[in-house]
Amino acid sequence: MLEIKGITGGYGEKNIVNDVSFTVNKGSILGILGPNGSGKSTLMKLISGVLPAAGGEVRIDGKPMADFTAKELARKMAVLPQLHAHAFAHTVRETVSLGRYPHQSGWFSSWSDEDEEAVVEAMGLMDISQYEQTQIDRMSGGEQQRVFVAQALAQDAGILLLDEPTNHLDINHQKELLDTIKKQAIEKDLTIVSIFHDINLASMYCDQLLLMDGGGVVRIGEPHEVVREQDIETVYHTRVSNHPHPELPKPQITLLPGVERESSEASIRAKDFRISKDMVLYQSPIPLKTVSSAVVNAGSGWFRNFMNRHVDAFYNINNSVQEMSEYIEESGLKTTDTVGMMTAVQTEDAIIKEYEGPFGSVVIAVTAGVGNGVDVSKAVERTLRVGTINTWILVNGILSDEAFIQAMITATEAKTKALQQEQVKDPLTGTIATGTSTDSCLVAATQQGEELPYAGPITELGKLIGVGVFECTIEALKLYQLAKAKSL
Amino acid sequence: MSKNVLAYSVSLLILAGAILLGVTVGTVSISPVVLWNPSSDEAAANILWNIRMPRVILAGLVGAALAIAGAAFQGLLKNPLADPYTLGVSSGASVGAVMTLFFGISIPFLGPFTLPVMSMIGALLTMLAVMSFAKLVDRSMKMETVILTGIIFSSFLGSIISLMIALTGEELRQIIGWLLGSVSMRGWPYVRMALPFVLIGSFVLWLKRRELNAMLFGEERAQHLGVDVRKSKMIILIGGSVLTGAAVSVSGTIGFVGLVVPHMTRLLWGSDHRHVLPLSFINGAALLIICDLVSRTIISPTELPIGVITAFIGAPVFAFIFFRQRKGGV
Repeated sequence: MLEIKGITGGYGEKNIVNDVSFTVNKGSILGILGPNGSGKSTLMKLISGVLPAAGGEVRIDGKPMADFTAKELARKMAVLPQLHAHAFAHTVRETVSLGRYPHQSGWFSSWSDEDEEAVVEAMGLMDISQYEQTQIDRMSGGEQQRVFVAQALAQDAGILLLDEPTNHLDINHQKELLDTIKKQAIEKDLTIVSIFHDINLASMYCDQLLLMDGGGVVRIGEPHEVVREQDIETVYHTRVSNHPHPELPKPQITLLPGVERESSEASIRAKDFRISKDMVLYQSPIPLKTVSSAVVNAGSGWFRNFMNRHVDAFYNINNSVQEMSEYIEESGLKTTDTVGMMTAVQTEDAIIKEYEGPFGSVVIAVTAGVGNGVDVSKAVERTLRVGTINTWILVNGILSDEAFIQAMITATEAKTKALQQEQVKDPLTGTIATGTSTDSCLVAATQQGEELPYAGPITELGKLIGVGVFECTIEALKLYQLAKAKSL
Repeated sequence: MSKNVLAYSVSLLILAGAILLGVTVGTVSISPVVLWNPSSDEAAANILWNIRMPRVILAGLVGAALAIAGAAFQGLLKNPLADPYTLGVSSGASVGAVMTLFFGISIPFLGPFTLPVMSMIGALLTMLAVMSFAKLVDRSMKMETVILTGIIFSSFLGSIISLMIALTGEELRQIIGWLLGSVSMRGWPYVRMALPFVLIGSFVLWLKRRELNAMLFGEERAQHLGVDVRKSKMIILIGGSVLTGAAVSVSGTIGFVGLVVPHMTRLLWGSDHRHVLPLSFINGAALLIICDLVSRTIISPTELPIGVITAFIGAPVFAFIFFRQRKGGV
């Protein structure tokens, strides 16, 4: 356990670090964040004792650091500093072996089995065993970094201080190294303090974070308490956006550029939709921010091409993603830039309408087939069949995250209302259907023009979506009924 | 570990060969048989044991002392160009020695050891001064800064020596010859004067072999690894100064041995100080014995100062190391 109490210090008269306190428990990792010159490295030097503190104290396992001799301290605490200059050639093994220095004593002390084991294990953990006899100055920066981490691990100390351990490493080795360190922290009950430049990596791997600025603590706590847009923006003077990690309950940030992106004015128009018997296709001149439940590229993202493809009723849906992707490529589009949906409905029967509002306009596109309409309140245990209402809402404006979700809710309500109006029934239960079993919805926006923070029915946007989706769905249903009547 | 066995075997073999050549080759050729059978040729045995053997052993001690001190200084300063000569430490030792002669200093209890002890004090003070000044100029103590500082001190101390020589009469003119470096006509008393210091100094440095390894990665890194940097540094400085002082007091300033030998040793056998130090000791002894042999045979019967030979080899090696370091090579 490492306790820092009100530590203060710097070079000469000037204190760079002022009154920093924290405690790191065994088995946990504390990440130190902060902009250049915020005192991170100085704090590290005060903790490691390389720089004498002007005030405060460092306690290791409850004992003041001053009570340890240099060797005792090195057995308790290993340090990975930032820069490694060396004038002479050393092999990897020699370098890692130096980590055993504090465990050797006496004039003639020799290499013990324990020393050997620690060195071999450290080299194995850092994946450098094969370079054992290589001269370190012939290795890349990343490989050298791993050698020095191995040296620190070979020291076999309970506390590990790391100054930017992922320096010079590619993303694979960043991950590998931090995975290893995290694993070591848990397995060997290590206490780890590490400086990070990468806020996202720090958030992912650390149990606690310490955000520094101007030599003091701005915030300390769990990652979700520290990685907050406002604090990061204030400390780093950089616009950032906060979002969750896709797999871990840890916040991540994304940089927002300071330079306005040079993008041409563009607006979505109903007349630009191309309708054929194979598909409805809209190609936007600029990427649109999109949220959808499509077959290809569902979820959120930025896309240029929007395809609603006609497939026959016997289309094999088991391999649909793969097949649809190939289809998109065959059509001369890129799957990375295209949202793809499917419908069994004749795409020529698609209804596409433009609605003008005070803020801008909305284009609604609907294809409706209700061969297997479903009353969702009675939908338990039903087999899946094709028969789809695909609803697109394309907005000329800037939507917030809330607006995307509210637009979907509003559209769904309008669709259900349209089905009720048209008396579409669930063939199994005979009750009024609320949709079909495989409906899809897509909301996309240019993210230009007016800011639209909400899209519920209380807003102008919500009203347009409600009316538009209702009208378009009714028209599409009418065309569907007509087509069905014709084919009979 | 077979590499180390090889390293020591080869080095010891070369040393043995050098000694053998050193005592047998010369204006009078002596059969090696005389070594173990002195009665076979009394006159030759006399030359061998009273003139050549002390000379060879003295050359060996001086070479060993300078080489191991150079290796330690290089490790301490992380500077492959450091050696007692380039750092100005040899000049400091010379000043100590010349002052002893000039003022006729004799410290009670030390007796004949006054000269080497004064040399050592001169060496240590110079080393401390050079390091402090270099640190003032440039906190990171870059290679060039340290060497330049060494040259500044060397020149300054050289002028003091010249002044003292100028102020004395004929009797100290011999100092000039001594300054250029020589192990000739010294005899056993000089061997006895240098031997204890060379052994003690080398042993002290050898004790700090692991600390030197750690300090190669910088003082801060060494401290992280558990080295008591201040203490170790002081011990290494004292050890190196004792060796330099001992060597200079018996042979004058012989340059570049401490540069060439550790460099070659590292090149051949790696930079681990556990082996660099003892191997430099052996190789330094062998090199200086051979240099001395060359110096007295190459334009026989005239003798060249041994410093001429070592500089002739050492200066190009110095240039080569400098070139390689600046080009960022190994």
